Amino acid sequence: MRELLFGRLGWDAIPWHEPILLGTFIGVALGGVALLAVITYFKFWGALWRDWITSIDHKKIGIMYVILGLVMLLRGFSDAVMMRAQQAMSFGDSAGFLPPHHYDQVFTAHGVIMIFFVAMPLVTGLMNFVVPLQIGARDVAFPFLNNFSFWMTASGAALVMMSLFVGEFARTGWLAYPPLSGIAFSPDVGVDYYIWSLQIAGVGTLLSGINLIVTIVKMRAPGMTLMKMPVFTWTALCTNVLIVAAFPVLTAVLALLSLDRYAGTNFFTNTLGGNAMMYVNLIWIWGHPEVYILILPAFGVFSEIVATFAGKRLFGYASMVYATVVITILSYLVWLHHFFTMGSGASVNSFFGITTMIISIPTGAKIFNWLFTMYHGRIRFELPMMWTIGFICTFTIGGMTGVLLAVPPADFVLHNSLFLVAHFHNVIIGGVVFGMFAGITYWFPKAFGFRLDPFWGKCTFWLWLVGFWIAFTPLYVLGLMGVTRRLSHFDDPSLQIWFQIAAFGAALIFLGISCFIVQIIVSIRRRAQLRDVTGDPWDGRTLEWSTSSPPPAYNFAFTPIVHDNDAWTDMKNNRYARPLEGFIPIHMPKNTGAGFVIAMLCAACGFALIWHMWLPAAAAFAALLVSIIVHTFNYDRDHHVPAAEVLRIENARTLSLSGHV
Amino acid sequence: MLPILPLLSIMRYWNPLRVLLVLPCLLLSGCDWVVLHPFGAIAKQQGHLIVVSTILMLLIVIPVLAMTLSFAWRYRASNLEATYRPDWDHSTSLELLIWSAPLLIIIALGAVTWISTHTLDPYRPLAALKAPAEDSAACATPLVVEVVALDWKWLFLYPEQGIASVNELVAPVNVPIRFEITSSSVMNSFYIPALAGQIYAMPGMQTELNAVMNHAGIYDGFSANYSGAGFSGMHFKFHALTQTDFDAWVRQAQVGGTSLRKVDYRRLAQPSEREPVRRYASVEPDLYEAILNQCTQADAVCPRALPAKEPAP
Repeated sequence: MRELLFGRLGWDAIPWHEPILLGTFIGVALGGVALLAVITYFKFWGALWRDWITSIDHKKIGIMYVILGLVMLLRGFSDAVMMRAQQAMSFGDSAGFLPPHHYDQVFTAHGVIMIFFVAMPLVTGLMNFVVPLQIGARDVAFPFLNNFSFWMTASGAALVMMSLFVGEFARTGWLAYPPLSGIAFSPDVGVDYYIWSLQIAGVGTLLSGINLIVTIVKMRAPGMTLMKMPVFTWTALCTNVLIVAAFPVLTAVLALLSLDRYAGTNFFTNTLGGNAMMYVNLIWIWGHPEVYILILPAFGVFSEIVATFAGKRLFGYASMVYATVVITILSYLVWLHHFFTMGSGASVNSFFGITTMIISIPTGAKIFNWLFTMYHGRIRFELPMMWTIGFICTFTIGGMTGVLLAVPPADFVLHNSLFLVAHFHNVIIGGVVFGMFAGITYWFPKAFGFRLDPFWGKCTFWLWLVGFWIAFTPLYVLGLMGVTRRLSHFDDPSLQIWFQIAAFGAALIFLGISCFIVQIIVSIRRRAQLRDVTGDPWDGRTLEWSTSSPPPAYNFAFTPIVHDNDAWTDMKNNRYARPLEGFIPIHMPKNTGAGFVIAMLCAACGFALIWHMWLPAAAAFAALLVSIIVHTFNYDRDHHVPAAEVLRIENARTLSLSGHV
Repeated sequence: MLPILPLLSIMRYWNPLRVLLVLPCLLLSGCDWVVLHPFGAIAKQQGHLIVVSTILMLLIVIPVLAMTLSFAWRYRASNLEATYRPDWDHSTSLELLIWSAPLLIIIALGAVTWISTHTLDPYRPLAALKAPAEDSAACATPLVVEVVALDWKWLFLYPEQGIASVNELVAPVNVPIRFEITSSSVMNSFYIPALAGQIYAMPGMQTELNAVMNHAGIYDGFSANYSGAGFSGMHFKFHALTQTDFDAWVRQAQVGGTSLRKVDYRRLAQPSEREPVRRYASVEPDLYEAILNQCTQADAVCPRALPAKEPAP
């Protein structure tokens, strides 16, 4: 009975003997208690539940995604700092401060968290917030699903965080290659935490992908043909197509791995016909599109920013769109470049090497398009534009080392080396992270009605840029010295200096992240000075800037009509007058707590399965089914914002606009 | 093909380029960039390829970086003298240029890739490679070494010599070596940067690597694919000896050590870290086949019908 109830879970699962974890746990617990106390003291619970947790407003969900991503960034970055410190210390007789058992969890968790729970929520959050506004829609196509998707992602993140304090995380590397991740070589709960957190978050990602595709395809404002869509929306469309096509592969391959671990099947084992190479192929058939899922929206962000701050139409809109689509398609034809060293024949390896290089053609075209958008422009070096220039310079180098790695014989000597680590951080930090910071800075005033403080923003930017290069140039060098990755100890003392330089770079990035937090706090305190009442602080070009900041729940009192690519610029040029009367009731979806409840039950079920607690797992699963069925009987899903209410909101805006002028 | 020819000749006579490359390296004092300065013919060509590809790409990357900075400076908002054309968003000739410039580079690089991937295919016997003048012995019959990645050490079997060693690889210089590689439990990657590129070691499967070392010396070898707790200590020394020294080493090993039977192998295969160097004077016949077919257990029956060796593609 005890077995059925608690499975493998016992008091020994709590890492009492690990001072780092215990300290973290105490810190997190105290912080959590303090947060709960603050919420209770200011009586925020009701507001939190009504306005955020149950909200189906795409803007609020987008903001929650971004907050989730930023919080998880702190966790993922702590892992990075620990790795940098360990590798800078652990030479010769010194074993550093992390034993392999802990270090191996740290680098696995770092990769998993940064990709799934930092980059993905940030990207999804931006798309969620921006896309409906850009296409003149009032919400996404399936607002409830959106809320549910977010809470599934958050549940996955919660499970990963729980592995820190209850049990342990996988010690397999972020893609958990079998046979190492199989039950024979990883019998503990680490890989199960990995599987279930990704499965649960994966459902959220997939549903949000479907949601945004339908939104973009079906809900564009009249006149906005596909070739008049803002480029960010285009990249969001392509990214979500990639999500819908790629994530089921991840779900399937993880399901097969779980069958191997739970049911004793032999898909990826060494014996009985299992073949680990199949897993490696499948996971990269998801994994390679995944990196484009992350980078395409960043490309979209930069396209919007360059055009806005150069005060110019985007150069080569059509070729930008075609480049995005070509990248989308090609991203499926390159997965094998992640394992040239597995021993495929020369023709197979060269095929995948050359398809990989071909991706650099549309990507290069995009970079030239941004350059020629700047050309003959009038560039205002606001923060988003600084991130963009930093991105172009950094990403170009990262792209170059990537193409280098696509040459199979070169990859044979650089594969799995620190050169590879430097390369993908070069494109993910230089591309995705810079893109997300640019996007957050750019759309922050739209979300909250005031700008982010530029001084602290500049500190953030320069510390990140310089910190990145100081942290990763040594890794390029070490890779050329033949140093491989994931080592927790080194014998050759001459390498130490490079790791120390890299650790210094990580310290600069740490300051950069700190400055970002300071920037947010300072901006909130100085919000009166940073206030933007126009709704269009950057002289924007697309529809999201035509409404107020923050936008009303219904986004647009009247659905805008689009005549040109840069719809808002076109409206401004044609002296668009904001309608002041004649409002009609607006049909909007209603908040619901069902998404939150179902997602939390999923997390509970996942936790029970991880620990082989069969009874609680069955109970959670039954509760899950019941709550889904109950939710289907909820017919009270929509309401109308009365015309009088719309009039009141729009009048208030008229007032604040006239006060400004 | 035409633009490829000069590139291939660069690959062959790359001395001026080496100077270019060594310069920044010297500035950084330490010059042990083994990937760019290896000692084996295969790794050397792989190192050249890195240089050639990088130079090819710099042809476009440097102008892009220069343009980025100069456009950003020239068209800054405060520079009212610069042309401002807010509606200029298309130019067919420019668009052609920005698609065709990367395309040309990729055509060149793609050709280099196709040729080099085939010539440097790890499965390709070195005898088929045109031997450079200095290592005429490259046409000699290759030395076969069977490599087994264990948790967490390396076992090397020398079928022709009938000996084996743990965490120590010894081979004569200027003689091609054919590594036949497998693993006992999880995936690893067999890598000696000074000798040649890496290849995965996978349980129940065999991969192959053909290489030759051209300078006597002691080099580092290790696993380049994370394989669990003892991964960081999973390295060995590769001793490249003259033929005479190698023969002496073989004789010494043949008389000195114990024998490696399946039962010893099973003990050896138990997870352990930082094993000292060990030699075996003799090896039970078919041990490698048994490891490859995962039938080293006492009661295991090795599948006879299975082809023991994968045919080279």
